[in-house]
Amino acid sequence: MSTVTVSKKRSIWDGGVSPLNVSYGKMMMWFFLLSDAFTFSGLLITYGMLRYTHPAYEGDHDKFTFSTEYWPIPEKVYAAIPFIEGHFPLVFVGIMTFILILSSVTMVLAVEAGHRMDQKDVEKWMLWTILGGIAFLSCQAWEWSHFIHGEAPGTLMPDGTMFMGANLIQNQYGPPAFADLFFFITGFHGFHVFSGVILNILIFYQVATGVMHRRGHYEMVEKVGLYWHFVDLVWVFVFTFFYLV
Amino acid sequence: MAHSENLTPEQAHKATVKRIWTVTAILAGITIIEFALAFLMNPGMARNMIFVIMTFIKAFYIVAEFMHLRHEVKALIWSIVLPCAFVVWLVIALLTEGSFIFMK
Repeated sequence: MSTVTVSKKRSIWDGGVSPLNVSYGKMMMWFFLLSDAFTFSGLLITYGMLRYTHPAYEGDHDKFTFSTEYWPIPEKVYAAIPFIEGHFPLVFVGIMTFILILSSVTMVLAVEAGHRMDQKDVEKWMLWTILGGIAFLSCQAWEWSHFIHGEAPGTLMPDGTMFMGANLIQNQYGPPAFADLFFFITGFHGFHVFSGVILNILIFYQVATGVMHRRGHYEMVEKVGLYWHFVDLVWVFVFTFFYLV
Repeated sequence: MAHSENLTPEQAHKATVKRIWTVTAILAGITIIEFALAFLMNPGMARNMIFVIMTFIKAFYIVAEFMHLRHEVKALIWSIVLPCAFVVWLVIALLTEGSFIFMK
């Protein structure tokens, strides 16, 4: 004989249903992204903290010159674009931002096509997303190369020598921490973009060979989509706090 | 994305795609304004505050629309958004520390 009393009001947390109303994989992707957001916050806040430990440039904005004495003005550092001589502050970074936003848009369109079970459209938009990611990485490779090689004649170091370009120990743009943070933050973000491109290629391969269509849904596209949008989201913050402020 | 039941699949598809491009226009527009302000306004606290606010507007649109969080259940929304309060604490704590250990 059963003596179990059944409560009339069952909470959605009592079991039997999915309270968050998403699949296990999507929920775990969300919590992974939350932890990844903490990692990037740590890096960007470290940038803010180290910047506050250094003097800011006080003089006239137009007469700014690089010195290891104070933190540089970002737009004076990132003022070059490929193949053209001259100063174009932030133009190249702006182009990179647009590339990443557009690749995020093509990703949503791929997810949307997945909801309609339209394999051809998913393939098309995933391919555009992958191309956008590769374009962004190429831009970043050029930017790193330019940053490392520097511009003549370089800057006077505290030990009395002239130094051109940047490495982890010294750089021509400002205090050593400036280049270190550039390498760590944009490098960590670039590595995320690289991982995202690899994941997108894997999923594209599965879509193109019809794996998703046989499975009956395109949820894997949504999961890599979440990751890809997160990479774009991080860039929005890097763009503001590293290049604009 | 649109979840209206009165629409045919074709109309729902059109509405969703239209929404995606609207959000794209908003994100692109804000980025252009930020880029312009970098040259039109003098550096300072006011300009930085505008940049921070615009960044959060962009972040909202990416998370809410592109990542679809807006259309998830409340429990999921809050379990993602609330832990981010720790970040606010870390910003205040470390920026204050930073100015305390100012090097000259």
